[in-house]
Amino acid sequence: MQSDDVIWSVINQQFCSYKVKTTTQNFCRNEYNVTGLCNRQSCPLANSRYATVREKEGVLYLYVKTIERAHSPAHMWEKIKLSSNYSKALEQIDQELIHWPNFSIHKCKQRVTKITQYLIKMRRLQLRQQPKLVGVKKKLDRREAVRERKALSAAKIERSIEKELIERLKSKAYGDAPLNVNETVWQAILDREKRGDKGKGLADGEFDMVDDETDEEDEDELEEEMEDEWGTREFVSDISEDESDGLSDLEDVADDEQSDEEDEDEAFESESRENLQPKSSLGKRKAPSASQPKSPKKRPDKKAKKGPRVEVEYEQELETVPLSLSNW
Amino acid sequence: MPTSSFRSSRIKNKIKREEVANKIKKAKRQDKLQRRLERAKIEANDPAAKKKRLAENVPRTLDNMREFDPSFLTADPSSSTQTSASTSTPQNPDDSGENSFDETAADISNDPFAYYFTSEDDPTVPPKVLITTSPKASKSTYAFCDELVGVFPGAGFIRRKKGKGFEMGRIAGWAAGRGYKHMCVVNEDMKKPNAITLIHLPNGPTAYFKLTSVELTNQIYGHARATPHNPELVLNGFVTRLGQTVGRMFQTMFPALPEFQGRQVVTLHNQRDFLFFRRHRYAFRSTEKVALQEIGPRFTLKLRSVRKGIPAVQNFGNAPKPLEFDSGENDGDPKEDDDDTSPPKVLPPKQDEYLWSWKPELETSRKTFFL
Repeated sequence: MQSDDVIWSVINQQFCSYKVKTTTQNFCRNEYNVTGLCNRQSCPLANSRYATVREKEGVLYLYVKTIERAHSPAHMWEKIKLSSNYSKALEQIDQELIHWPNFSIHKCKQRVTKITQYLIKMRRLQLRQQPKLVGVKKKLDRREAVRERKALSAAKIERSIEKELIERLKSKAYGDAPLNVNETVWQAILDREKRGDKGKGLADGEFDMVDDETDEEDEDELEEEMEDEWGTREFVSDISEDESDGLSDLEDVADDEQSDEEDEDEAFESESRENLQPKSSLGKRKAPSASQPKSPKKRPDKKAKKGPRVEVEYEQELETVPLSLSNW
Repeated sequence: MPTSSFRSSRIKNKIKREEVANKIKKAKRQDKLQRRLERAKIEANDPAAKKKRLAENVPRTLDNMREFDPSFLTADPSSSTQTSASTSTPQNPDDSGENSFDETAADISNDPFAYYFTSEDDPTVPPKVLITTSPKASKSTYAFCDELVGVFPGAGFIRRKKGKGFEMGRIAGWAAGRGYKHMCVVNEDMKKPNAITLIHLPNGPTAYFKLTSVELTNQIYGHARATPHNPELVLNGFVTRLGQTVGRMFQTMFPALPEFQGRQVVTLHNQRDFLFFRRHRYAFRSTEKVALQEIGPRFTLKLRSVRKGIPAVQNFGNAPKPLEFDSGENDGDPKEDDDDTSPPKVLPPKQDEYLWSWKPELETSRKTFFL
């Protein structure tokens, strides 16, 4: 009992599960719909005589339904395989749908065109290497960001670079006449080596000092260390006079620079080499002023302990500063 | 009221509670300070005690609790102190370590980077490095590439061509034909550089790094200006065999002989598998002190995968090879269209062969590191 008008009135006025309503027009989700629109002409349910084209695994089929088979839904659709050749497929449609309404023939051909085109595109894309898309893993990113931050703080990069460079300098990786080292510093390195051959105890003391520098310590501890160093230096200087004199001068300079490490670290290269002399003399002035507010109480104590020696230090520094800078 | 189980949090009045809590806190702080001062006083007279305390009181960090990896290189010149420290802590039998060292030394001397260390070429000539981006890159990536060009003395930037058929592997093959030693592809996501693929030419390996915390030179406060001198290289903390591969890969991107008068140092510091890239200018201030000024850029890499060859190109569209009957050996790929290159033509493989790739399940604990 096929009655197209009744079916269409139900679909149109009441309800159709294939109907998709939008503000502008209605669409049809039935797979046999030839246009995809919801209207009287292209409704596969409300037309007892209907034709469409479908694609299954890359092969096109023409589906035709006629009123004669309407009573048995299992055999309702006649499935005709279309040629893979596009123009032949169109001819086939013309033959199969002879005497059919123009609308059906035209829409079926349009659909053959469309499907052929998308099949071609699919095959072409398959051949080509597509960029692989990877999901963003927020949780992983967050976790790694935290670990990176912690690793960065554990790395102490600047200090390890400094250590490595000093190592290279001392192991003479830069050759016998290095271009990247200040003459004074290089002379100091050579002297140290010479002296290292002569007296081992001194060298030990020196290396102790190196170790202490690399550690992170409170300022008062550092100062105490330095005073210990003063003691050893006094003791050693008796071994050979002329060498140790020159050396102690140099080391004074070194110590002085250690004390205002933080100040100098940041901006040394921004000023040109010519400016270095006045600048470091500035740093010289800064050194006591920077250390005083931090430990105003401790200074007098130490002076009381080892008064005369400290004064000797200052004299040496005053003498040696121009000496060290003259090469720059 | 002040019984044995006195707790300031039990006090009902808020103001009083705060007052008492602060007082307790302060007392604790003072107590600690006193102890420290006392200790300092003792150690001032007795430096040996201090040394002993510092030697005993080593904090346990992820780095020194690192899990033992059989590919640790024990006697390694490039990472001297940290390596020995980290390798001696795990239970490492000495004899096997010695044997494996011989093996790994031989292995290292035969890896793809060995030519760099043995070749007779002029060591001041920088190796050619091709720098390019992923397709459709944006401004920030180009800016980053500019910085990279400044870092590597032999680097040149070439825009990634639009259109099809410019896969990474194919470009790498062309670059190898033109004498490039490295290719560096900066990948972009969300308009920011997010990964770097380093390809060693002509035969790989290819390393893929995640790229984070990029700071360009002009974003670094008080940065120095770069000079065109060949920089020195500091590669810190590459301990395992995999780490050595990565370190050597970076080393081969720079000329073998630095120009010391430039006083520039490029650092790749490996800490817990994060590779921190920095560039500094240095000056020796004294025999113990170096002054550093950063030049930039700085960024962080994390290794994601290492492939054996150059990246694969899957050209499914090619016609299959004609049948061959005699001569059992196969030479691989069908020919491509580039005929103008020099005889040793490099063709990308069809399939990627991963030597190592990071997976979350590899990280069995937080103390496991791979580099």
